[in-house]
Amino acid sequence: MLRTERLDAYYGLFQALFGLTFEVKPGETVALIGSNGAGKSTLLRSIVGSVRARPDGVLLDGRPVGGDPERKQLDRGIALVPEGRRLFPSLTVRENLQLAMRNGRKGPWTIERLMKEFPVMEAFQHRPATALSGGQQQLVALSRALVCNPSYLLCDEISLGLSPVAVNEVYELLGRARSDGLAVVLVEQNVKRALSESDRFYCIQKGRVVLEGTSEHADHAQVAQAYFGI
Amino acid sequence: MRTMRKLPKPILESDMQAFIETIAGGLMLGALYALFGLGLSLSLGVMKMINIAHGDLIVLGAYLCSTVMQALGVGPFLSLLAVVPMMFVIGYVLQRVLLNRVVGRGALSPLLLTFGLSIVVQNVLQEVYTADTRSLQAGEFALQGFDLGGVSIGLLPLASTLISVAIFAGTSWLIGHSHLGRQARAVADDPGTARLVGVNDRNFFALVTGFVLAVIALASVMYGIRTPFSPTAGPERLLYSFEAVVLGGLGNVWGTFVGGLIIGVAQLLGAKVSSGLGPFFGHLVFLIALLARPQGIFGKGSR
Repeated sequence: MLRTERLDAYYGLFQALFGLTFEVKPGETVALIGSNGAGKSTLLRSIVGSVRARPDGVLLDGRPVGGDPERKQLDRGIALVPEGRRLFPSLTVRENLQLAMRNGRKGPWTIERLMKEFPVMEAFQHRPATALSGGQQQLVALSRALVCNPSYLLCDEISLGLSPVAVNEVYELLGRARSDGLAVVLVEQNVKRALSESDRFYCIQKGRVVLEGTSEHADHAQVAQAYFGI
Repeated sequence: MRTMRKLPKPILESDMQAFIETIAGGLMLGALYALFGLGLSLSLGVMKMINIAHGDLIVLGAYLCSTVMQALGVGPFLSLLAVVPMMFVIGYVLQRVLLNRVVGRGALSPLLLTFGLSIVVQNVLQEVYTADTRSLQAGEFALQGFDLGGVSIGLLPLASTLISVAIFAGTSWLIGHSHLGRQARAVADDPGTARLVGVNDRNFFALVTGFVLAVIALASVMYGIRTPFSPTAGPERLLYSFEAVVLGGLGNVWGTFVGGLIIGVAQLLGAKVSSGLGPFFGHLVFLIALLARPQGIFGKGSR
């Protein structure tokens, strides 16, 4: 189980998270809902080590792992798909995946499997990563995290700015990962989609959890209130 | 009556040969400058860091060779077996202990730090080796040459050119086709995201600087055999390296090679005009080329 325990996070003097407690169990999908600047990305970034965290602020199966660098978290099976895709422009699609796969863990997700399941990716594998459409780039960004074979996949805004068709494609790939038993933490602007794709949800406002529950029984009025803070 | 026009004077064969010889010499000198520049190009490309002490590290390499040669009684090329690993370790430790503190903090901090390092290296060299000039004795090999269609080619410049080409080809292959190269390009693109896919950037930077200093070791032997050096010779080496890198276009490995060749040829042609004007012609060509193409010959322009 991956858990944050009264986690604080700062950008310089600015405090972005205030004692945030949240957890995701193996194989579970959890959605984080909240407006811009609520601290969702900061939460994901402090889990993987891009933002400083107290050692006992992040617990993996009960062990304190907070504040360790990204590569250590990757070895433990925690991978982040960053907001805005962030593919390496100097690398081809295949090279983007090769780099991640070499540094990640061994497991069921390989470049060959991805190419087989998504033939479209095989077609553009030798193109520079940034010569693709937004949807294709997002598929590659998600694949780049998958080939590290994480147990916990943190997805930051994976549907932002994509066409509805592209969004469905991205969620199809995510669905296959979930059916393989990966736990997913989903940051998603589209609240409806976030709830329909997840088992549980947390609403985050100004760096604190203001509402949590099972996605199936979520009260949309309550969620909207938590989202807008009215 | 028609006046006979004066026929142009036939170019003397020996003039032509001398010209070709100058060009060939310039290309071979340029290959050495390119080797100087390679390290600078790599640290600039991967770490966005300009190492002002680059030239002084070249001189340090030459002095280390000299010391190893004296201590073990070997020739300069054999001394490389010890000096290349030594320089790799110096580079690795330097990056780990000192330079990593300033990487990624803008352009100014690395400049200031390595400027200080440059002064320290120069003074330490002066303290240890005195201000006297030295050179590396390669014996017979340095003087041998052969005749190629009337153009005489020195064995030593030829050897250093071949080594330079081999190192450029190797580096270029590494960058394009190896895991190390993919890491280098990824870190250069976006260090934060590179860390997300498991790249240990601090350690990787140390490896790069280790590699840079190992290349410097090779270059400094060629340099030390060719030219007498003193503790204060570094800044001039830095200048030539820098011209090669900028002329070729930042972050382009083969661009640096071509840039080095151009500087080398310009210097020798200039020296042909008047023996003291060599470096001046190099700078002149550099300035003109930069005016015409500010992004360098193979540069992609501003991103």
